[in-house]
Amino acid sequence: MAENYMQLDVVTPEKAVLSRMVEEVIAPGSAGEFGVLIGHTPFLTTLKPGQLIAKAEDRDIYMAVGGGFAEIIGSRVIVLAESAVLAEDINEQEVKADLEQAEHKLKGLDKEDSEYSKWDSRIRKAEVKLKVLENWQKAS
Amino acid sequence: MPNLKDLKNRIGSVKKTEQITSAMRMVAAAKLRRAQNDIIAARPYAIKTNEVLVSLVTRTNPDMHPLLRVREPKKCVLVVIASDRGLCGSFNQNVFRRTEAFIKANKDKYEEISLVLVGKRSRDYFKRKQMKVRKNVVIGVPSYDLAAEIGDDLIDGYIKEEFDELIVIFNEFKSAMTQILHEDRVLPVERMDVEDEATNVEYLYEPSEDVLLDALLPMSFKMFFYRAILESAASEHGARMTAMESASGNAADMIGRLSIKYNRARQAAITTELMEVVGGAEALKG
Repeated sequence: MAENYMQLDVVTPEKAVLSRMVEEVIAPGSAGEFGVLIGHTPFLTTLKPGQLIAKAEDRDIYMAVGGGFAEIIGSRVIVLAESAVLAEDINEQEVKADLEQAEHKLKGLDKEDSEYSKWDSRIRKAEVKLKVLENWQKAS
Repeated sequence: MPNLKDLKNRIGSVKKTEQITSAMRMVAAAKLRRAQNDIIAARPYAIKTNEVLVSLVTRTNPDMHPLLRVREPKKCVLVVIASDRGLCGSFNQNVFRRTEAFIKANKDKYEEISLVLVGKRSRDYFKRKQMKVRKNVVIGVPSYDLAAEIGDDLIDGYIKEEFDELIVIFNEFKSAMTQILHEDRVLPVERMDVEDEATNVEYLYEPSEDVLLDALLPMSFKMFFYRAILESAASEHGARMTAMESASGNAADMIGRLSIKYNRARQAAITTELMEVVGGAEALKG
């Protein structure tokens, strides 16, 4: 059994979010979503904000990641995320409030403004979180 | 003869000082615990980032990215990480002394040395010196955003060839009692001579090697600053805790000494008074 599992580490600057053995990882690569099974070729990629699913023995773990990197070497998967949150830890109200605030700020800004991309990415991250939450609730 | 009232006042004021220092000690201890947790939380990311970076850089040609390029060292930037507040023993002085020693030793090596000052104390200290200051930053609450702000500016400067070497001086947290003073050369990025099987394996990059370098190098660079600031913050609290502990101890000693003095003086006064009474009685008798 054990040889079918990979060690997955998801870390953010604030903390280590997840560290456990999983069968499969589906991650949001910047060039498209990709799946990793045991025996994958060594691989390094950037991630875009999106949904990461880790299939463990007992359950599927859903999480929202906010961009970063993923490296796969041998039976180890390292995800360096700017932010990462497990679906069960997402607070819907909070995210919605955040989204609203960001949208409000963005309205008053020009595309050229240096603040623009900051708020724009805030919105995308919030949307990803809501999407992940929805998917997770559907799946479980 | 020491005045009783004066002695009493002094004991009172030293007692108040002791209360303040022991309160500061407790606050520092609580903050230290939090800062320690922050470091423990940030370490996995820093370590993993470094792992990924090492495996990438060792497989890469230095010409691939401006941050990997090595130039002749003419201009040097020193980042000095101290604290915002004082009363933490020799914590800040150690940093400044090392900085000045470095400047003195390398004055002839570089055409120019400029400083990036992190923390109010370092700003105040170097304000009086005739030094070129590139930037100064107040720490407040250590955060990744702060590290990113410092990092972005320096990356920009290095790519624009405003300087050729970057050295960071900061305290690494070892324990509450000990800090290790670091003097790390951060730029140009040093190539590590790692020869393991991972470097020889066929490797896939997505989107491409240079895009990845472009993203990963600045990120790991900022991560380095983030860690340095956290380490320094924890060291500061540790140093303050130790300093306040010894200050409280000194105050307690002083109270002890003053109390003895006070009691002696009081006894002396009583004895004198008694002598006077006895003397007076004798005189009346005669």
